[in-house]
Amino acid sequence: MKLALESEDIQKKFGHFTALGGVTIQVPRGEFVTLFGRNGAGKTTFLKIAATLMRPTDGSFRVEGIDIRKEPERARRQIGFLSHNTFIYRDLSAIENLRFFCRLYGADSSDSRLMGLLERVGLRRRANDTVRNFSRGLQQRVGIARVLLHDPQLVLLDEPYTGLDAQAVTMLNDMLDEIVKDGRTVILTTHDLEQGLRAATRVLIMDRGKIVLSAEAHDPEIRATYSRLIVTGARR
Amino acid sequence: MKPVVAIIHKDVAIEFRNKESISSMLWFGLLVLVIFSFSFDSSGAGDVDIRAGLLWVAFSFAGILGLNRSLSMESDNDCLQGLLLAPVDRGDLYLGKVAGNLVFSLVAELIILPVFAVLQHVHFDWKLLAIAGITVAGTLGFVSIGTTLSMISAHTRMKEVILPVLQIPMTLPVILCAVTATDMVLKNETAGISFPLSVLGLFSIVYLTASYFIFEYVVEE
Amino acid sequence: MKIRMLAILSLVLIPISLYFAFIYAPTENTMGHLQRIFYFHVPHAILSYVSALLLGLGSLMYLIKGDLKWDRLAYCSAELGILFTVTTLLSGIIWSHPAWGTWWEFDARPTLELMLGLLFVGYHMLRAYLPERESRARLSTVFGFLAALDVPINYFATYIWEQHHPRVIGPGGDLDPDMGIALLVSMITSGIIYAYLLAQRIEIAKVEEEVEYFEQVVQA
Repeated sequence: MKLALESEDIQKKFGHFTALGGVTIQVPRGEFVTLFGRNGAGKTTFLKIAATLMRPTDGSFRVEGIDIRKEPERARRQIGFLSHNTFIYRDLSAIENLRFFCRLYGADSSDSRLMGLLERVGLRRRANDTVRNFSRGLQQRVGIARVLLHDPQLVLLDEPYTGLDAQAVTMLNDMLDEIVKDGRTVILTTHDLEQGLRAATRVLIMDRGKIVLSAEAHDPEIRATYSRLIVTGARR
Repeated sequence: MKPVVAIIHKDVAIEFRNKESISSMLWFGLLVLVIFSFSFDSSGAGDVDIRAGLLWVAFSFAGILGLNRSLSMESDNDCLQGLLLAPVDRGDLYLGKVAGNLVFSLVAELIILPVFAVLQHVHFDWKLLAIAGITVAGTLGFVSIGTTLSMISAHTRMKEVILPVLQIPMTLPVILCAVTATDMVLKNETAGISFPLSVLGLFSIVYLTASYFIFEYVVEE
Repeated sequence: MKIRMLAILSLVLIPISLYFAFIYAPTENTMGHLQRIFYFHVPHAILSYVSALLLGLGSLMYLIKGDLKWDRLAYCSAELGILFTVTTLLSGIIWSHPAWGTWWEFDARPTLELMLGLLFVGYHMLRAYLPERESRARLSTVFGFLAALDVPINYFATYIWEQHHPRVIGPGGDLDPDMGIALLVSMITSGIIYAYLLAQRIEIAKVEEEVEYFEQVVQA
């Protein structure tokens, strides 16, 4: 079984504060994993380490079999990362943004390919419009196109539903379904229980820097733990 | 090199569209020139010729403004993270940003220079060309360390305040040598001009090299 | 224990050093007793450069090893660097006015000292605006290392500048052997005081970090 992501005892400390206190998980290829947790549980930190944006204090991390500490650039070619920030330049057009990132990734930056990508996210007609004039939902679509342009095997999404209207949410879900159908692996963090469970094959719940539950998506224990830790925790 | 070229291309395209960096550097530099021209007898006829210093004060303050603009470009929408996600060596990322900053600074400065010549009674001859050459050397030193310092400042609460606090002390040798060399040219006393130019070159080499290797520590979270 | 020994040694050496500077050393021909500032000014200037060296070393070692003890060495040295830069500049100013009739000249050495002081202050200002311990260490050590590299370049720059704008520096020539001994005693004393201050400051820094940690725990 090929593993898309494999972490062993990943720790991340910020001075005296422990954000991750030893996270060990294995995610096989093709899985859709949703990661739940309260604010400050360590979800974003874990995802950023997976995306090589942060270095772990200790532990080992492999993406598609590549050690991210030893070969971070090779690992980055396999990873697509999207958060509620889209990382696109607002003064460039949609197609200019994609062309730039293609050049960084060494991917095919031909107009036909880029227009095809924009077609997939429903932005073909606005390819040459400056992103500054786009709504949040449309900017998120450009962000998704950016994530996919180098054909990553592992797609990481950090609370991508934030600030999206219903239409944008539907579009995002359609894209995620396509990504999974293509055989890619998705790891998603969200506060939205229903969105998180919609397409997931596996669910992880984090609390205080550790995995407290790892279960198949339809396991009833998920809702119980979610309610106890996250909902109750929020009230407290 | 391809990522470096892509980053330069992207920065130039954005600047072409919004014209924020060059225009702000240009106008601020000109304003400094004008204010100092009003404030001091800088015709060169008095006891002390301050023209060289005046020019480099204008360039320094304008340069810091340009670095702040460049920083904003990458902080908006967290675009720096997008760059860091790409399989690009952090040193190449640094070089791309230095090149962009250098281009914008030089465009503004090479427009300020003839205005300086008019206001400060400098003839449009070989001297101006020589000063343009010194400008290139000095600006390279300025942006080689300034690009790193602007990225460091980006992590702080008061980025626009911290950048000049760090940049000005670090680039004092650049300013000293550039002012010395410019003054030598203006006075037609160019014997020994190779020394300040060598120090400018040394500064650029040291900081381009050090920053290339150290940049990953600046950008990581 | 070591800190206490350094403190005792400092207390013993201070009066000895004062004796050598004010009584043992002969009176200088041109400047008279004013010249005796030299026995404090020179060691303090040297120690400000030692601080720069330790800042650079501590910063580089932190970047390589990631151990916070090196960051502590860097910022404690930089603090002492500010102290000794200020005392150097002040003693220079006190000397300058009666000797040359002016409080300040942009000669190479005072200019270098001023530039060094600005680098130390910039370093500490940067640290003040970085609340999180790890990023504070990482970013300030990058700046600390780059600032330490600047010191030799500053040296070349200021001497070139000075040649272009010639000034009279001050008395040159050979040093009287007795003056040399007084200077040596003063340097050793200042060095011991520096070592004591640095060691003590590092100990205080460790306690400050513990307090910062417990504050975070309480707030969390």
